Amino acid sequence: MTTTKSKVVYSPVFTDGAEFRIPTFKLLKQDGSLYKSAKAPDLDKEKALRIYRAMITTRILDERMLAAQRQGRLSFYMQCTGEEAAVIGSAAALDDNDMIMAQYREQGALAYRGFSIDEFMNQLFGNELDYGKGRQMPVHYGSKKLNYMTISSPLATQIPQATGYAYGQKMAGDGHCTITYFGEGAASEGDFHAALNMAAVHRVPVIFLCRNNGYAISTPAAEQFAADGVAPRAYGYKMDVIRVDGNDILAMYEATRAARAMAVEHNRPVLIEAMSYRLAAHSSSDDPSGYRSKDEEAVWREKDPILRMRLWLESKKWWSEDDEKQLQENMRREVLETMKRAQKRPPPPLETLVSDVYDEVPPMLAEQFEKLKAHIRRYPDEYPKSAEHAKGGA
Amino acid sequence: MSKMNMLQAINNALDTAMGADERVLCFGEDVGVFGGVFRATSNLQQKYGKARCFNTPLVEQGIIGFANGLAAQGSVPVAEIQFADYIFPAFDQIVNESAKFRYRSGDLFNVGGLTIRAPYGGGIAGGLYHSQSPEAYFAHTPGLKIVVPRNPHQAKGLLLGAIHDPNPTLFFEPKRLYRASVGEVPDEDYRLPLGEAEVIKEGTDITLLGWGAQMEVIEQAVELAEKDGISCEVIDLRTILPWDVETVANSVFKTGRLVVTHEAPLTGGFAGEIAATIQERCFLYLESPIARVTGMDTPFPLVLEKEHLPNHLKVYEAIRASVEF
Repeated sequence: MTTTKSKVVYSPVFTDGAEFRIPTFKLLKQDGSLYKSAKAPDLDKEKALRIYRAMITTRILDERMLAAQRQGRLSFYMQCTGEEAAVIGSAAALDDNDMIMAQYREQGALAYRGFSIDEFMNQLFGNELDYGKGRQMPVHYGSKKLNYMTISSPLATQIPQATGYAYGQKMAGDGHCTITYFGEGAASEGDFHAALNMAAVHRVPVIFLCRNNGYAISTPAAEQFAADGVAPRAYGYKMDVIRVDGNDILAMYEATRAARAMAVEHNRPVLIEAMSYRLAAHSSSDDPSGYRSKDEEAVWREKDPILRMRLWLESKKWWSEDDEKQLQENMRREVLETMKRAQKRPPPPLETLVSDVYDEVPPMLAEQFEKLKAHIRRYPDEYPKSAEHAKGGA
Repeated sequence: MSKMNMLQAINNALDTAMGADERVLCFGEDVGVFGGVFRATSNLQQKYGKARCFNTPLVEQGIIGFANGLAAQGSVPVAEIQFADYIFPAFDQIVNESAKFRYRSGDLFNVGGLTIRAPYGGGIAGGLYHSQSPEAYFAHTPGLKIVVPRNPHQAKGLLLGAIHDPNPTLFFEPKRLYRASVGEVPDEDYRLPLGEAEVIKEGTDITLLGWGAQMEVIEQAVELAEKDGISCEVIDLRTILPWDVETVANSVFKTGRLVVTHEAPLTGGFAGEIAATIQERCFLYLESPIARVTGMDTPFPLVLEKEHLPNHLKVYEAIRASVEF
C-alpha cells in the first residue's frame, strides 16, 4: 500500500531517478556581488556584522588552537575552516531559542550564539570551569543557555535525537524547531535514515543540515555514495530538500530562513545539503596530503566563504579595511590572553569522576570512590591533579 | 485493588502515568491503535490521542534516538522495543547516548525521563529471537538503570518508579508471565523504589536470588527444598543496575550459602558479577561455593527449550548441592 496512486505498466519499467536534478541555490559571487536576478535576503547591518564577527572568531580560534595543539598545549583540535558560511549562515537564520544539535565541526554556530572565548577555552583545556567538567575531548562543547546540545563523538546519533527533540517542541507548542548538523559521511549511518523517515512520518519541525564537505576523514564523497550527493534521499522520505552553495553566506541564510518557516509554521521537516569543502584536516590527528592534492585545496581556497562575505559587506559600505584590521587584532589578542588564563585554571575536582553518572552516586560507586581516594592518599605524588581533593573522606 | 495480569498492570501503569502528566508519551512498533503486539498499550491512543501514543517506523535505533531527544527536551518518553531480542540496533543509542548524556554534558542535559520497555525471556517457544535475556549487556554500562518485575503488583509499581526516576531506565518485562501471572494491583499511582532488592521469604540455610520470571522458578524449587527440611531465604533483585549489594550480602552473612539464577547464558551473565561481589564481602561466612543456575552457553534453542532453561529442578539440585557441600 502506498500513499500515492501508482501508474500501472505492462512491461518491466525501471527508473533510476535521473529525472530528479537538484539545482544549487546561490546568491553571492566570489567577488561579493550578487548574481544577476539574485535578491539579497532581508539582513540588516547589525545582524550581518554579528554573522561576520562569528565567522572571523571561528577562523581565528581555529588557527590559534590548531597552532596550540601543534605546540603541545592542547591534546586535540578540529577546525571548521572553509565551512563557516554553511554553519553560521544557517544558525543565524534561526531563532536563538531554537535547538542546535551539532556533530562536532560547528563551533561557528556556538560563536554566533554568543559563546565566549573564555567558554571555548575552558572546554578545550578541560579545566574546572568547563561545563563538561573535563570529561570530553576538546571541541565537545555544549551550552544550556545558548540551546546548543553537548557534542557526542559517535557520528549521526544526534540526528534521530533532533527528530525527537523537535517532536517535543511541537508537542509543547512553543513555536521552536531544532536544527541538526552532520557531514555527508555521517549521512551513511543508519541513524540518518531513521531520523529523516521518522521526521517525515510524524511531521516534525526539524531541519537536517548536511555539510557535504567532500571528505569523511580520507574517504571522498564519491566513495561514500553513488548518488548525486545526499539531497536526493529526501525524495524517498517525501521530505522537502534544497541544495545550497555552502560557501555562500547569503544563500545559506536565506535557505535556512525559508526552511525554518516550513518547519515551524507547517511542521514540514527539511533537508538542506550545503556544498562546501573541508579546507582543514579532519582533525589535528589527520594529514590530508595522504589523500588529496594541494591543487584541489587551492581551488577551494579561492572560494573562501569569509572573504566572499567581507567583499559583500564592503560593497554595502558596512565594513572597511580598518574594521577588518581592528577585529582581527582584537580577536587574536583575546584568543591568546584567554588561552593563557584557561590553561592555568585547575582541573575539575576529583569528585567529578563519579558525579553525573546518575542523578546521585549509587552505593557501589561511592564505595569505589572511597577506595580510589585512599589509594591516591598513599601515592599523592603520582596523582598531582587530585591529591589535594583526595584528602577528605574515610 | 483490582485483579490484573501483568499486561493489564503494565497498561494500567502507563495509563496512570499518561493521565497524571501530559509530557508522558508512549510509542514504538505497533504501539498505536493496535496497542502493541502484546497489548501493553491497549486503548492508550484512543484515550490520549495519536500525538501521545503512536506507531513508529520499524527502526529500533530510530525509536531510541528519537526517545533520547524527547527526554533531553523535557518530555517523558516510554519507548517500547517489541522484543528485547530486537534491542540491539539501538545499542549505540542506549549505551553511548542515553547512558552518557548527563555525564558528558556535566549535567547541562540529561535523558532522565527516558524509560525503555521490552519483553524478554524464554518459555514461550520463541526460539533464538523471541527469548533472549539481554540484561547483562546493559549492566556493563554505568548511567543506565535496569529493572525487571516478577508479578503484576511489582510491574505497575516498578514501571511507575522507572518512569519517574530521574535516570534512563530499561524495563525488561518477563513475557512468559504477561498473562500467566495474575494478582491484586492497587488502582492508585504507587511507585516502588529502584535499586532495592526485596526479601520475599525469610530463611536460614540458603539464599536464593533471581529476578523476573525466574522468581516463580525459585518458588517451585524452594517448595521442594523445604520438604527436605532446608530453610530458604528468597530475594528478588528487582533492579539489576545499580544493584542492591547490601540486601544480598546481609542475607548471605546469615545463611552462608547463595544460589543465583537467570535465564541468560552462564558466561558473562549477571550472576557472575553477583558471585564475585558476594564472595568478596562474605568470604569468611560462606559455607559452600556460590552457585549459578543459568541458561547454557548456546543461542536460545527452540524444541529443546526446556532442557536449556534453568528450571525449578535445576535450581532444586543446586540448593541440595550447596547444602550438602
